[in-house]
Amino acid sequence: MNNKYRLTMQEMTKQYPGCIANNDVTLKIKHGEVHALLGENGAGKSTLMKMLYGVVKPDQGDMFFNGRIMNIKEPADARDLGIGMVFQHFSLFETLTVAQNIELALGDLAGHSSTLAGRITKTSTRYGMPLDPHRLVSTLSTGERQRVEIVRCLLLDIQLLILDEPTSVLTPQEVDALFKTLKSLKKEGCSVLFISHKLHEVIELCDSATILRGGKVSGHCIPKNETSESIARLMVGDNTPISNQTRRALGTADFLTVNNLTTAAQALFETPLKNINFAVQQGEIVGIAGVAGNGQEELLKVLSGEQIQASSSAIKFKNTVVDALCPLKRRRLGLACVPEDRLGRGAVPTMDLAQNALLTSFDSGLVKNGFLVKQKITELANKIITKYKVKTPSFRTHAASLSGGNLQKFIIGREVEQSPKLLVMSHPTWGVDIGAQVAIHEAILKLRDEGCAVLVISEDLDELYKICDRIGAICDGKLSPILNTDTVPLVQLGQWMAGDFSDVFNNQPKVHTPQGALA
Amino acid sequence: MELDVITNILYATIRTGTPLLLVALGEMVCEKSGTLNLGQEGMMLLGAVAGFITMYQCDNLFIGFTVAALVGVMASLIFAFVALNLNASQVAAGLALTIFGTGLSAFLGADYEGKTINALPTLAIAGFEHIPVLGKALFSQDAIVYLSWGLVLGAYLFFKYHRAGLAVRAIGENPSVGNNLGLPVMRTRYLAVMFGGALAGIAGAYLSLAYTPLWTQNMTAGRGWIALALVVFASWRIERVMLGAYLFGFASIMHLVAQAFGWAVESNLLAMLPYGATLIVLIMLSKNKQKLKMYEPMWLGKPWHKGH
Amino acid sequence: MIKLEPRVERSPAWSYLSPVLAILLTLITGYVVFALLGHDPLNALYTLLIAPVADWYGVTELLVMTIPILLCAYGLALCYRASVWNIGAEGQLLIGGVCASAVAVNFVGSTSAFAMPLTLFAGIAGGMLWAGLAAFMKLRLNTNEILVTIMLNYIAVNVLLWAVHGPLKDPHGYNFPESALFGDSTLLPILFDGTRLHLGLAFALLALCATWVFISKTFIGFQIQVLGLDASAAKMAGYKRALLIAGVLVISGGLAGLAGAGEVAGPIGQLVPQISPGYGYAAIIVAFLGRLHPVGITFAGLLMGLIYMGGELAQINMGLPNAITGIFQGLMLFYLLSCDVLITYRLRFSLPFKQQKAQPIHIAQES
Repeated sequence: MNNKYRLTMQEMTKQYPGCIANNDVTLKIKHGEVHALLGENGAGKSTLMKMLYGVVKPDQGDMFFNGRIMNIKEPADARDLGIGMVFQHFSLFETLTVAQNIELALGDLAGHSSTLAGRITKTSTRYGMPLDPHRLVSTLSTGERQRVEIVRCLLLDIQLLILDEPTSVLTPQEVDALFKTLKSLKKEGCSVLFISHKLHEVIELCDSATILRGGKVSGHCIPKNETSESIARLMVGDNTPISNQTRRALGTADFLTVNNLTTAAQALFETPLKNINFAVQQGEIVGIAGVAGNGQEELLKVLSGEQIQASSSAIKFKNTVVDALCPLKRRRLGLACVPEDRLGRGAVPTMDLAQNALLTSFDSGLVKNGFLVKQKITELANKIITKYKVKTPSFRTHAASLSGGNLQKFIIGREVEQSPKLLVMSHPTWGVDIGAQVAIHEAILKLRDEGCAVLVISEDLDELYKICDRIGAICDGKLSPILNTDTVPLVQLGQWMAGDFSDVFNNQPKVHTPQGALA
Repeated sequence: MELDVITNILYATIRTGTPLLLVALGEMVCEKSGTLNLGQEGMMLLGAVAGFITMYQCDNLFIGFTVAALVGVMASLIFAFVALNLNASQVAAGLALTIFGTGLSAFLGADYEGKTINALPTLAIAGFEHIPVLGKALFSQDAIVYLSWGLVLGAYLFFKYHRAGLAVRAIGENPSVGNNLGLPVMRTRYLAVMFGGALAGIAGAYLSLAYTPLWTQNMTAGRGWIALALVVFASWRIERVMLGAYLFGFASIMHLVAQAFGWAVESNLLAMLPYGATLIVLIMLSKNKQKLKMYEPMWLGKPWHKGH
Repeated sequence: MIKLEPRVERSPAWSYLSPVLAILLTLITGYVVFALLGHDPLNALYTLLIAPVADWYGVTELLVMTIPILLCAYGLALCYRASVWNIGAEGQLLIGGVCASAVAVNFVGSTSAFAMPLTLFAGIAGGMLWAGLAAFMKLRLNTNEILVTIMLNYIAVNVLLWAVHGPLKDPHGYNFPESALFGDSTLLPILFDGTRLHLGLAFALLALCATWVFISKTFIGFQIQVLGLDASAAKMAGYKRALLIAGVLVISGGLAGLAGAGEVAGPIGQLVPQISPGYGYAAIIVAFLGRLHPVGITFAGLLMGLIYMGGELAQINMGLPNAITGIFQGLMLFYLLSCDVLITYRLRFSLPFKQQKAQPIHIAQES
């Protein structure tokens, strides 16, 4: 018996067809410790957690909780032991209330539904994250939704709380509040497993860390004694370049101008845009930060033409008003789009790469008199594959079987090859490994240097600070001012993301470099 | 005289609406769990023929309806296996069930066409059936009509107050989340599909054992499909399913109404009425896309497999 | 225990093998069912599948039976490729037949060269109109096309009944619900003497080639495919959804209308209440069984025609209800859908009584 550890996962292995997600992974967490599990996308963090929580069955390996062997078949077993988990993608039902969600998740442990609401209010206030149990989840902000998930765990007597990338959806201020809650939990003796790839947060919060690479443990460390660089090296290995270099540029003339853009919500759960004004010049990259669900999706749709505003004239490409134009006409005016969903919007999952090349490049001589020119199509696909270093057996491979990074390189390559005048991208490196991330950023910067106007919408602040020449934030459908990136400190951007656009001008003269805080 | 006509129209409306109410209620529960079963027509026909054959052989109405319900459940299980376990398109699997059920019922019932049985009797509730106008319609119906009211009430309470009813709705919104939280997604969806099958079977048997106590090929005449439209019409709300079923029941007996009031309209044109009414109702309801989406179970008709 | 395990990539081999396996399973089921019913199963299958085409006349009859199925199925394949669930080929066929007859009855005594083309055009227009209604309701009124097309089918049946009982009834026909017999100038010419095989065969072959080229060689065909697989990608790329959907529906309606016109102006020669034993529904199965590809559909359509003829023969020779056709159709679709799971999953067999213990995995990797 080994009672020093709250949790021990011993030599865990899980194989999926075509890849080994976890190979001999061992993880040990002490009582009352905040332990970080670090690793790039695809390193096997999620699989390890799913095995721990009983969502996925391990092929091999043993797990011990408080020194006793765990026999976990389904999430309920993990919950009974006192393990709580907050997934990266929230496990919440939008059409139900907070209390109903918690009731369903806890099952018999929820007790009688009439007393549950009171308990929710009590617990959530105690840990400093107040919640109204009767509100519909669909009306909650992302930060509030995360609170529901955490309160759901806290209602049970938990001894281990697992958080999967909890900060990627929060504003910097919300992150601080979350860390306070976690520290008070730790004081009560609860262990926390904190999964992240944001190194500065790990250094601030965590007592120890386990680092995964390619499905295997690549190292352990005490984060406080390390630097971001040394941990990053353990995450990506020796051969991948880690680039922190940035090249800023100044735009020339406005290409995209948006004046007083206001939309009505088209569907349930949509955020209407309110009086948006900004411009993107040729030869510059403009970044828009923001927590998901604050109007980014709607803005992209209005710009791409997926949503048409027949009776307004708010959006101009150069001098042409495009509000009423269909996506095809906008594309012919020089627009290219890289949406957030690669599979299912940027590319057709069950079509091969040649067909996916044709998807938006049809104007590049691939169609003659309405008939397809097969040879030109495969030529283009091969060109994109070679030029953008897309790892794939051939152009006949289906888009769905490429890794996220490779598919994104292909999609961006496809759009860039059409030499657009305006490129609008949403979360360009979401879920992409560092190697592909560097390549994608390079491609974007090169396109900018050739005089293209680029708009990047992203939740990843590190990314925005790295590549954008000007930056702003969107919150609840309203856009902050857009200023030169190097004049916007992280605190300022955080305020914007939270909807506070007030003291812009007070901060204007101070020049902060956020690089230190972000690395 | 006039009052009598109205009484009879009300009585007939409820009788005609009952099979629609049963199928639509079953399909609605099924859809609330996120499963779209287009096989209602096939399951009804199988229930109708199974009920009729059993009744003809055993002369016991209870056994007849029970067998019909069981046959409906069995048919729905084929659909559930193909659509839920093998992840086939729910639309295609439902169509297959309708085509299969149409063929099989015609095959099984071929020797029973034109045979007669003792129809389901009415059960008057003593004292109430003589209430003017409404008495006959509400208190002098048969057992299945009363059963349908009980089921409507039961389903209403189940979804409003029971945790399991909440779970069905939740799984219909997002089975992956349900699975993550440890809800029994597959079991719930199976049970919902089977409930739909049982009610479709009973509804079919109501046609062949009570409404027109006869078996004829294709005797459901599209009621299974109309029920699917009814669920949309009701915006997945139980009380509106009931209202809709009786409205459609009324539309289907328009030829009787026309006769009663001495209107001269071609019978073939009147026969189109229920279908035309369905179209009009669909159009009226679907105009507001946003509103429709608000009530529709979000995962409706989409395949789901554990581990996705 | 049999377990499903996702494949890394869709298996192209199984997408072709699955229909074959489905047909085989249907035959095996048929064999068992006939045996249980007390018939000699081999003899029954012979009656069902081989006897109908044992001679040249039988083959031409099969083609006659298959023409309307194929015309409907080619059109449906276009719709299904675009994920437009048109279940309305039956109604479009019936309306096509009614419209064609409405023109044809005006040419009963005439020798005009326009009689046949006008009749056919009326049929095509009728089918297009009926499908166009569905398209309008889907695109403008946002209704579900499955329910709409089904309802239009039931309405079409009643339109047909109303027409044969009313306006198109033969005034000299002793009050039978039939139109007058069409004139010779209206009827489709017979291709081979002594058979009923008519010019419709040429239309079917033409439709085969046209849809094949359309689907695999044109950009619009590609757009339809993208729309069906991934509507968001189609929207992002700037394809015109409404135009594509209306297009496939109207084309498929036109083809079904042509099928209806071909029936009344071909083998039937007048408008009667039963112009289709469910060709439009059979075409749905044919389209799926043929993998939504015109060539596959052609084979599947021939098989379906054969089952129709076999069902009739089984009724005459063996006293089996011809509803057996419907059972086989439903079974085949069920089997096909079930077998299709093998395209995206592979089967893993494991013994239920032995606790599954994973084999150690040996992967050479530097540590």
